Amino acid sequence: MKILVCISNVPDTTSKINFTDDDTKFDTNGVQFVINPYDEFGLTRAMWFKEKQGATVHVATVGGPGAEPTIRKALAIGADEAIRVNAEPTDGFFVAQQLAEIVKNGGYDLIIAGRESIDYNGGMVPGMLATLLGLNFVNTCIGLEIDGNNVIATREIDGGKEKLGTTLPLVIGGQKGLVEESDLRIPNMRGIMMARKKALNVVEPIDATVATNDVKFQRPAPKGAVKLVDADNVEELITLLHNEAKVI
Amino acid sequence: MSVLVYTESDNGKFKKNAFEVASYAYEVAKQLGTTATAIAIQANDHGSLGQYGISKVLKVTNDQLAVFNAKAYADAIVQAANQESAQVIIVSSSSDSKYLAPIIAAKLKAGYIANVVSVPEGTSPFIVKRTVFSNKGFAQSQIDTDIKVLGLLNNSFGLVENSTTASIEAFAPTLEEADFAVKSIEIDKVVGKATIADAEIVVSGGRGLKGPENWGMIEELAEVLGAATACSKPVSDMGWRPHSEHVGQTGKPVASNLYIAIGISGAIQHLAGVSSSKIKVVINTDPEAPFFKAADYGIVGDAFEVVPKLIEKLREFKAQNA
Ligand SMILES: Cc1cc2nc3c(=O)[nH]c(=O)nc-3n(C[C@H](O)[C@H](O)[C@H](O)COP(=O)(O)OP(=O)(O)OC[C@H]3O[C@@H](n4cnc5c(N)ncnc54)[C@H](O)[C@@H]3O)c2cc1C
Ligand SMILES: Nc1ncnc2c1ncn2[C@@H]1O[C@H](COP(=O)(O)O)[C@@H](O)[C@H]1O
Repeated sequence: MKILVCISNVPDTTSKINFTDDDTKFDTNGVQFVINPYDEFGLTRAMWFKEKQGATVHVATVGGPGAEPTIRKALAIGADEAIRVNAEPTDGFFVAQQLAEIVKNGGYDLIIAGRESIDYNGGMVPGMLATLLGLNFVNTCIGLEIDGNNVIATREIDGGKEKLGTTLPLVIGGQKGLVEESDLRIPNMRGIMMARKKALNVVEPIDATVATNDVKFQRPAPKGAVKLVDADNVEELITLLHNEAKVI
Repeated sequence: MSVLVYTESDNGKFKKNAFEVASYAYEVAKQLGTTATAIAIQANDHGSLGQYGISKVLKVTNDQLAVFNAKAYADAIVQAANQESAQVIIVSSSSDSKYLAPIIAAKLKAGYIANVVSVPEGTSPFIVKRTVFSNKGFAQSQIDTDIKVLGLLNNSFGLVENSTTASIEAFAPTLEEADFAVKSIEIDKVVGKATIADAEIVVSGGRGLKGPENWGMIEELAEVLGAATACSKPVSDMGWRPHSEHVGQTGKPVASNLYIAIGISGAIQHLAGVSSSKIKVVINTDPEAPFFKAADYGIVGDAFEVVPKLIEKLREFKAQNA
């Protein structure tokens, strides 16, 4: 089995979000970039397939040279090879078209992406990628079992979960549940040393449609101070929620 | 030219978000000088959409579509969009809609923007506001393709009545075998309980509750309020509550009208996922807990004392205001 894990390079979850250039750009100053948390679950599941069922695992990212430390980390965790498409990932449709080209040329059986990137939260790349290539697709995937060509996948739905049956080749938008939090791997020294010897292939982007772009950013309006209610006076909270906030 | 909106139903009954996306579609259509058409799959009571400004309903009845199937539903919606020459296609942010929307967008080579929070700020160029960076910011996003797909963030527009009479037309999409290459085997879903995605009120518990055996009062408070229950990440990691209740930046986003956080410290990753909620209430023993900075109302106190009292007083309040 040949697996491609699509890795999005995103600001660490604790990052302060600021904008520059007259609020037209995300301010990357002092921001630490990491593997998108959803993709970490997918990468760990891919390593599981590699170790338990035999698989080759490649990782791909669409991004500038600045994304390389993140993709190196994926190699250190155990991926065999990495691909970087040398283009700024400004729009999900654009990224999906680039990844579709990689998948077409690489002959992958399973493409693991994340449910969404925690930066722009688009949630578009996996579904678009699957559709562009006519591959099967399962979103918000929390369980994945593969036997030969047959797949049993579980997806999270509002208020529960759904078990689905399908076949390879398949694209998933994955999340926690693919593996547990405690199973996530952090690169060890040996992994980091080995990653230096692994191939990181840089390819140039193909011509592709850019469908959307962010013209301006805004920070949320500053919040007023919290209104504290005495613990012995919960009636007051109910009154405030009813009369002032009008939510009950 | 028209605006097409996918109105979701559950067991034949429109979901609340169906009326919200319908209300929104009416506003978008008005801006574009056109009308809003809804596509309803396996739903009843199509006329009710007229109340929210829908002029025409495409009614799909097909047993193959009895259970949600992303590819087949997307195919039906794309065919409807083609028939209606839809310029804008609108869906909600339910898990089903987020599954469908990118498929629809790729089939139509359309730009797609998710988590939209307002009507277009302009239609040429076409610009909408959406949340980004897990609610730590907003973006004004421009869509340059002829056809546009918008995913509306739940509870961001609300229900707006614009009474019209909706004409109802049968619509029979042509479905192929390949549409069903991913098949539903089993659905395991809580029934009769509000879900985090749909609920107007969410009651959420954190590590401060000490253990799963103490969730009875959380359930009870949720029941009195007709709310969904949720939890912080460590609570689901420790298996006190199911994964599906984990909210925050790496869990489910919450966009309810009211979010009540009990025994939750308010870590940045937690707040990022819940800050779209309009009103936030925190109950915590520690006055220094960061959640107090993000909340609208707060009680510094022990959840084991405050919550039972709150339940009792809310029951009285509900009885009086019934
Ligand atoms: C990459 C990454 C992603 C993450 N994503 C998420 C996410 O999506 N969602 C999320 O929730 N977290 C997330 N986290 C974890 C987050 O950083 C916090 O660790 C977590 O939110 C803390 O959960 P908590 O508030 O329940 O627990 P704690 O931080 O332990 O807080 C417990 C609170 O309960 C209070 N308390 C104690 N006893 C009582 C009592 N009797 N009555 C009332 N209050 C009491 C305490 O004062 C304290 O404030 C993420 C972390 C990382 C690194
Ligand atoms: N620039 C990128 N390079 C590679 N994969 C990406 C990129 N952007 C998004 N993805 C993948 O698509 C998933 C969903 O991202 P998004 O559609 O941007 O929310 C991510 O979890 C990644 O798996």
